[in-house]
Amino acid sequence: MTLQLSHLSRRFAGIPALDDVSLAMAPGEFLALLGSSGSGKTTLLRILAGLDYPDAGTAQLDGRDFLAAEARERKVGLVFQHYALFRHLTVAENVAFGLRVRSRKSRPSNAAINERVGQLLKRVQLEGYGRRYPAQLSGGQRQRVALARALAVEPSLLLLDEPFGALDAQVRVTLRRWLRELHEELKLTTVFVTHDQEEALELADRIAVMNHGRIEQVGTPEAIYQQPATPFVCEFIGKMNKLAVTSADGRLSVGDWVLDGLPGNDHHAQVVAYVRPEHLSLGVAETRPGWTARLRHVYLAGSVAHLELHIPSIGQTLEADVGGEDVARLGLQVGAEFRVAPRSAVVFALGEPEGSQSFEERWFWQAADAVPPAPRATSVSPIGEGRARAGRCS
Amino acid sequence: MRRRILPGFGLSLGYALTYLGLIVLLPLAALAWKASGIGIGGMLHLLGSPRTLAALRLSFAGAMLAAVINAGFGLLVAWVLVRYRFPGRRLFDALVDLPFALPTAVAGIALTALYAPNGWLGRWLTPWGIQIAYAPPGVILAMVFVGFPFVVRTLQPVLASLDRDVEEAAESLGASHLQTFFRVILPVLVPTLLTGFALALARAVGEYGSVIFIAGNIPMRSEIAPLLIVEKLEEFDYAGAAALGMVMLLASFALLILISRLQRWSGRWAELQR
Repeated sequence: MTLQLSHLSRRFAGIPALDDVSLAMAPGEFLALLGSSGSGKTTLLRILAGLDYPDAGTAQLDGRDFLAAEARERKVGLVFQHYALFRHLTVAENVAFGLRVRSRKSRPSNAAINERVGQLLKRVQLEGYGRRYPAQLSGGQRQRVALARALAVEPSLLLLDEPFGALDAQVRVTLRRWLRELHEELKLTTVFVTHDQEEALELADRIAVMNHGRIEQVGTPEAIYQQPATPFVCEFIGKMNKLAVTSADGRLSVGDWVLDGLPGNDHHAQVVAYVRPEHLSLGVAETRPGWTARLRHVYLAGSVAHLELHIPSIGQTLEADVGGEDVARLGLQVGAEFRVAPRSAVVFALGEPEGSQSFEERWFWQAADAVPPAPRATSVSPIGEGRARAGRCS
Repeated sequence: MRRRILPGFGLSLGYALTYLGLIVLLPLAALAWKASGIGIGGMLHLLGSPRTLAALRLSFAGAMLAAVINAGFGLLVAWVLVRYRFPGRRLFDALVDLPFALPTAVAGIALTALYAPNGWLGRWLTPWGIQIAYAPPGVILAMVFVGFPFVVRTLQPVLASLDRDVEEAAESLGASHLQTFFRVILPVLVPTLLTGFALALARAVGEYGSVIFIAGNIPMRSEIAPLLIVEKLEEFDYAGAAALGMVMLLASFALLILISRLQRWSGRWAELQR
C-alpha cells in the first residue's frame, strides 16, 4: 500500500500543530517521525490513526481517500507509549480483543481466535503468558502484548507512538532490535513517532524530521546525518559545532579557517557553518588554514573520547570526537596546545539575521586535502579549481 | 518487614481500634445485649408477625431497587460531570451533594408536596392511576434521593483517572462505541460502582426522616422497618425495638459482605502483583 499525504494542516486553538505537511510512504517502509515535543509528530500519527482530523489536506491510500474512513474501519495497528492495555483482561484476551469485537459474520471461530492469539504470543515471545493480567508483566512485556494486540487485526499500517518511551534504556535497545527484525519479517508499512534520534537513526528506512508542525527534511538516516537540509536539522541531529562565518573580500572565513572554494557574498545577512565533532582534524600542519586550540577537558566515553577545545582566536569552545585509543597515542593532555581544522562542514547563508528557519543557500564544504567522499545521491559539484568540493541548494 | 517512613504503627492501630470500638462496636454491643432481653421465643414471635415481615421486605427490597437506580443514574451523572465541559458544570457538581446537606425531613416534606395526589406533580400522575406519595414508590423515591450522591462521588475520581488511550486503542481495534463502553470502560468501573452501590444501599436501608413523610406509613403496605422500631419505642417495648434493630443490622451486614466479595471478584485483575 502506498500512502500519500498532501498539504495536511491542523490547528489547535489557533496554534498550528501541523503546517502544510506532505509525505509519501512506500509499501513496507519503516518511517520515523522525529521531533521534539510539540513538533506535530504525534498529531500526524493521530490523524493517520483516525483519532484526529486535519483542517486541510488529504491522505490517500492506494489512491483512495484514507481520511474518509473512521478509525475503526482503517485497519491500522496502534501502539501507545503507555501500552494502553485493557487491564481487566488477560494477555490472551487483550490480544484477541480486535477479533472478538467483530460482527458475528466476520468473527473467526473461538478455536481460530485462540490459535491466532497463540501464534501472536509466540511471535512476540510471550508464550505461556496468556493467562496473566497486564499488571503482572514488565514494561517491555506489556509493550509486546500491545504490539501483538495491534497485529491481531492484520493491519495494513502499523503506527507506533513513542513505543519505547516509558521503558528503561537496556530494554529499549533490546526491543528496538527486535522490532527491526519483526519489521523485516512482516514487511508491514510502519510509522514510528519518536523524539529519540538514536532510535530513529537505528530503526528507520527513512526519517522525517519535524519542527513546529513542518517537515524539515525527509530522507534516509545517512542523508539526514550527512546532508542536513536545514539549520534546524543540523542542530537537532547529532552534535554540531556552530560557527558564525564572516564574509569579506569575496571569501568566507571563521578566524584563520578559510572556507576556500565557497563564493563569499556580501548580500547574505548571516552565514553559519556547522562542523561535526568527528570532522575536526587534530594536529594539522601549520601551512593549512585552521586554528590553534587548547585542550580543556577530555571525556572518555568508552570507545570515543569527547574533547573540549578552546579556540582563543574566535573565542569559542568546540567539541571534537576522537577514538578512545587516540587520546594516549596523540598525547592529548589537558592544557596541551595544537592546531585543529575542520575536514568538512555544512554552511548555510541565512536570509534574515536571526531566522534560523529560512536560509538562502546551502553548501557542503570539504577540505581540499581530505579524502574524497564516496559518491552521494545528491549532486555535489566541485567549485573553484577543484580545490574544494561544495554542493549547493536553496 | 519493610521499613516505614512514618513511625507509629502500634500507636495509630491502637487508637484506631479503640475509636472504632467506642464509636461503632460499643453501641452495637449494647443493642445486642438489650435485644437479648426478649429471648428466642420473643424473637421468633416478632419475626413471624406479617407486619414486621412486610416492613423488612419493603425496607430491603426498596433499598435494593433504590441503590440499583442510583447506580445507573449516578454513573450517568458522574460521566457527564467528568467527561464534558458545559456552562454551569460546577454548579451542577455542587448540587450533587445537596441530599447530604439537606435535613432529611425537609427532603421528605418537599418530595411529599410534589408527589402527593394534590401536589404539583402528583396531580398530573393521579389521573393515570400512578400513586407515588403514600405508597411504596414514594418510599423508593425518597431512598433514591438520599442515596444519590454516593455513587456519583465514588465514581467521579475513578472516571477522571481513566486512561483515554485505552478507549482509543479499542476504537482502532474496531470496537463500536457500545463495545468500547461495555467491554473496556464498564468492567474497570464495576468495583467502584459496587462501592457506591453498597453505600447507597446502606443509606437507604437506614433512612428514616425523609421516608416517613412520603410513605404514608400504612401498615403492611408502605411502612418501613425503622418506623416500626420507633413505634416500638413509643410503646416502651425497648427489647422489641432492639431486636428488630439487631435483625436489620445482621441483614445489612450480610449484604455488605456479599457486595464486598463481589467487588473483590470484579476487581481481581487489580490485586495481582508481579
